[in-house]
Amino acid sequence: MATVTFREERCKGCELCISVCPEKIIVLAEHYNAMGFHPATVVEMDKCKACAICARMCPDVVIEVVKEEKQD
Amino acid sequence: MAKVIFKRPDSLTDKQFHYCPGCTHGIIHRLVAEVIDEMGLQDDTVGVCPVGCSVFAYDYFNVDMFQASHGRAPAVATGIKRCLPERTVFTYQGDGDLASIGTAEIVHAAARSEKITTIFVNNAVYGMTGGQMAPTTLPGQKTTTSPRGREKELNGLPVRVSEMLATLDGAVYVARVSVHDPKHIVQAKKAIRKAFEIQKAGLGFALVEVLSTCPTNWGLSPKESIKWLAENMIPYYPLGVFKEPAEVK
Amino acid sequence: MSKVLMKGNEAIGEGAIRAGCRHFFGYPITPQSELPHYLAKRMPEVGGVFLQAESETSSINMVYGAAGAGFRTMTSSSSPGLSLMQEGISYLVGAELPCVVVNVMRGGPGLGNIAPAQGDYFQAVKGGGHGDYKLVVLAPASVQEIIDMMQVAFDLADQYRTPVMLVGDGILGQMMEPVELADEVTLPEVPAKPWAASGLKGRKKPNIVNSLYIVPEDCEELNQRLFAKYDVIAAQETRWEEYRLEDAEIVLTGFGTAARIAKSVVDKARSEGIKAGLIRPITLWPFPSEVYAKAAAHANKFLCVEMSMGQMVEDVRLAVNGKKPVHFYGRSGGMVPLAKDVLAEVKKLMAGGE
Repeated sequence: MATVTFREERCKGCELCISVCPEKIIVLAEHYNAMGFHPATVVEMDKCKACAICARMCPDVVIEVVKEEKQD
Repeated sequence: MAKVIFKRPDSLTDKQFHYCPGCTHGIIHRLVAEVIDEMGLQDDTVGVCPVGCSVFAYDYFNVDMFQASHGRAPAVATGIKRCLPERTVFTYQGDGDLASIGTAEIVHAAARSEKITTIFVNNAVYGMTGGQMAPTTLPGQKTTTSPRGREKELNGLPVRVSEMLATLDGAVYVARVSVHDPKHIVQAKKAIRKAFEIQKAGLGFALVEVLSTCPTNWGLSPKESIKWLAENMIPYYPLGVFKEPAEVK
Repeated sequence: MSKVLMKGNEAIGEGAIRAGCRHFFGYPITPQSELPHYLAKRMPEVGGVFLQAESETSSINMVYGAAGAGFRTMTSSSSPGLSLMQEGISYLVGAELPCVVVNVMRGGPGLGNIAPAQGDYFQAVKGGGHGDYKLVVLAPASVQEIIDMMQVAFDLADQYRTPVMLVGDGILGQMMEPVELADEVTLPEVPAKPWAASGLKGRKKPNIVNSLYIVPEDCEELNQRLFAKYDVIAAQETRWEEYRLEDAEIVLTGFGTAARIAKSVVDKARSEGIKAGLIRPITLWPFPSEVYAKAAAHANKFLCVEMSMGQMVEDVRLAVNGKKPVHFYGRSGGMVPLAKDVLAEVKKLMAGGE
């Protein structure tokens, strides 16, 4: 189970994360952030494989990726 | 157990970048900061930022920083490194700064084989001043000072900095990389790391040219800019390692 | 103490070494070449760095790097080279970095020639580069004073976090004079520089060497801070020499080589019954204005002697402030005033001529 966190207030809505996500689960939100951009967000978090490709592509370093590892 | 797969590197401050949406400067900043973190160099690194879009880089790198006058970052870095030979010194420069007004400084820093690392960001345009033609602007590329497209008769042809510097004995590592997709970003980081490793090994001058986008001044969306870079810049500025010392191959 | 015969340019170098400077960056230009020649040999002997840069532009920016890293550092050049350095000097001022810049002046404008001149007075004391600022400008007039002034230059630079300029000319640079040198050299104490950008080394907050103040309010604040500093410097660091001034009816004035000539004219004039005296500014900025104002109370007239078309004379006029006439005698373009011609000018003025 992975969690992708966007620092929404810093997202400039450039969509580069959307263009590289292999699972196609990132979209721009309907609402605006304080800068007037539609921030990126993950719609189906359960499909996230924690590959962090979105985070590596993000020019504004707004994405953090955390993976829950199964307890043995 | 929660495992952090990706987080902001310590060698970046928490300050928000001022760059335009989709500008890949931010990716390059992050890669440099990650390399500094991973090599354990945050405590002894001194960076020099240029004049241009990355003029505020001193606010973003969480290390001691200098702001240099236009084009002179390699001279400033030389002054620092000659006083503090054990420190890690890098310059971060754009194409107007390095390839136009600062050509003398970069050529001679390379010729002296100053033990510094230069990150050269090439986006084929002056950004901060309003999208003017750069020495790296492609033939036919429209800018605010080449409104009919760059003309060979009027402006000559672009400067291929990496190829030019690689002819100097003092430039021991020269590579051109790109950050237009995740695969290339991984390769770019490897090259940047190598350029810092070469400095730490005391081998001499190392430069990584990074092809970058400028959606605002190219008049394209961030996604279109990525495509434009891949289709137009890479053919003119081929990626690869032009020079590499045997010690680190 | 030993007495040693030294060239002025070499004295600049030895003075710098004795002041604890271990990093010199420079580019060849006549007539200051003996200085880099000297330091190229001497710096490695004391564990220092002599680096020949690719241009004066680079020299001054290497100084910016070294000064920002917290080291005593300097560069030197001659007039055209100084023109190239002006941008860098303005940045050094903006970032409040201490350093020493030497100008062994030559004939100008343009490529001019390599003969001695003082035509860079304006450039030195009125800014030179862009923006609102002053440099502390020292003008020694003998080889001994050069050695002593180099220590003063580095100390003032560190104390006030400002570039200090030392100006000479081709004559001062190339002439040989005996100087007293201490046999034991104790390196001076250099003040701590907690602002230096030299690597965090355990510090939490990065140091930033910067002259960018993008918010106008902040930039104005920088200017106000600089000028508050300049007020302190003017109050505490103004230096000058007075010679036979007490009862002088005509006051000669000049700096550097021109002052040496003027001083000899004072003696000749006195021997012919003319009450002449001399004011020699040692700091061109801050300018010793009050000394002129005081002298104007008893002197009838002033004669400013320069190796230029008349630059310092403007500051003398401002200092005298219309109380007495201020005359000018100068040679320029590398020509040096002759004592007999200056004396003739003094006699003419004392006889009531203009």
